[in-house]
Amino acid sequence: MAEEVFEAKTTSDALAMNRPVVEDKGYTTLNLGPTHPATHGVFQNILTMDGDTIVHGEQTVGYIHRAFEKIAERRPFYQITTLTDRLNYCSSPINNFGWHMTVEKLLQVDVPKRAEYIRVIMMELARISDHVICNSILGVDTGAYSGFLYVFQEREKIYEIYEEVCGARLTTNMGRIGGMERDLSPTAIAKIKDLVYNSLPKVLAEFEKLFDRNRIFMDRTVNVGGITPERALDYGFTGPNLRAAGVDYDVRVMEPYSSYDDFDFNIPIGHNGDTYDRYLVRNMEMWESIKIIRQAIENLPEGPYYANENHYYLPPKKEVYRSMEALIYHFKIVMGEIDAPVGEVYHAVEGGNGEVGYYLISDGGRTPYRLHFRRPCFIYYQAYPEMCKGLTISDAVAIMSSLNVIAGELDA
Amino acid sequence: MITNQTVVDDLVTQFGTSVTEFEQPYGMLTFTTIPEQIVEILAYLKNHKTLKFNFLTDITGVHFPDVEEKEFCVVYHLHSLENNVRVRIKVYLPEANLHIPTVIPVFVGANWMERETFDFYGIIFDGHPKMERILNMEDMDYHPMRKQYPLEDATRDDKIDALFGR
Repeated sequence: MAEEVFEAKTTSDALAMNRPVVEDKGYTTLNLGPTHPATHGVFQNILTMDGDTIVHGEQTVGYIHRAFEKIAERRPFYQITTLTDRLNYCSSPINNFGWHMTVEKLLQVDVPKRAEYIRVIMMELARISDHVICNSILGVDTGAYSGFLYVFQEREKIYEIYEEVCGARLTTNMGRIGGMERDLSPTAIAKIKDLVYNSLPKVLAEFEKLFDRNRIFMDRTVNVGGITPERALDYGFTGPNLRAAGVDYDVRVMEPYSSYDDFDFNIPIGHNGDTYDRYLVRNMEMWESIKIIRQAIENLPEGPYYANENHYYLPPKKEVYRSMEALIYHFKIVMGEIDAPVGEVYHAVEGGNGEVGYYLISDGGRTPYRLHFRRPCFIYYQAYPEMCKGLTISDAVAIMSSLNVIAGELDA
Repeated sequence: MITNQTVVDDLVTQFGTSVTEFEQPYGMLTFTTIPEQIVEILAYLKNHKTLKFNFLTDITGVHFPDVEEKEFCVVYHLHSLENNVRVRIKVYLPEANLHIPTVIPVFVGANWMERETFDFYGIIFDGHPKMERILNMEDMDYHPMRKQYPLEDATRDDKIDALFGR
């Protein structure tokens, strides 16, 4: 009786019984996800196993699809920022500012230097918090828990800075179209300085000491899940994952936005594109981000922190109470009654995982006619089965964490 | 130094009248082609000795319900990493015949982008190994990004445009 139950031949039967299915060739079908502690997000991988070796894999995505592109077609521009928060929620400010810059490109607004520098600081902080999560979770998945605890304290400090700058921690909705919603407060500046000069470099150095030449960590990651540069380009890899394969493509350098050309920084490159290289590239990038933040905070220009863009930037509250014009603009912006110019824009920023692109078609209405997010995760996660082929489950888990696949960004 | 004009000249000599409507909105070269030519053009641009458009940034769809015979549009974004030039290629499709060849043989990464476009617009990519929905659930019987599906519940009358003076 019991044997009959175990001889399920189809995947769905096996999943229903929560059992691996044994196929005719002796292969086993195994279900990794959608809610598995090692996937760090909701996506399913159906793996065909030959003993302990992965023969074939197939992903099912879309578990947290929230139809952002459709919702955006009903919303005035400033309300779309909250949607971008929820794409890559590990580095929301990058997505927020990317969207603002897209609209500014459409409107051809010149943002003051101070606002651009503040944006750079916040975006680099976001990059650090993104990479910190990715690398420390990779440690957790390969059996090293303590590094995770050390760096998460620093991530907490970054979230405190977000809180000081915009009031929120995770889904930040930071900045406005045309600049920042408020200036950096002295407390925020003090906190940023403390982070980049005192606490973060120490902790990061300690983190690297724990991992970089760690025998166990290297055994688990070196030559695991490698990809050639040609293949990576073909698959549409961007960001640290592409750079780990040896292609020096970084949007910050290729198409400098938000005054990135004012800063002096390096683009770390890997050799093999394996898990270890991805780890190293991300770590090196954090040091470069610290460098950028130091330069930006030291040379923070004086002046306004928002552009004179009445139709999109909310007037100061004081003015709204006193001046008729400000009151009208306030009302029109809040009600979303302002028509954007006709145009077609693609703007890309370097997100935590790679090129985050915004393709916006405006037909002259109050909302976008079409808005498409180029989500780096969605594009490079395709390569996952190919990278896992011939490896074991434990390697597959390490590869997935090192790719930093974020479910929110994957599913939009 | 490769400029947009170099790309235009090259494409016109190679493909003649099948590439049309050259524009440069916000500096990005944009042109239109026909569905039969798309694979050839992408392969040509990718393998070109000097242009080297070796990176497929994005594929997506757009719906224009009011434009007759051109109701749907598939938009390809290519990037030449070496020359740092981007192009946008558009292919218009009539609603009666939503077929376009897949570009997976040229760029492997097109796979999911094409599936996403199919999922949301119902554009069928011929030759695709797995032309199925990717983000929405499989038993859905419509393509939600089409303009005829309003975002909000059509039975609601407390949010009509007239109330907002539109």
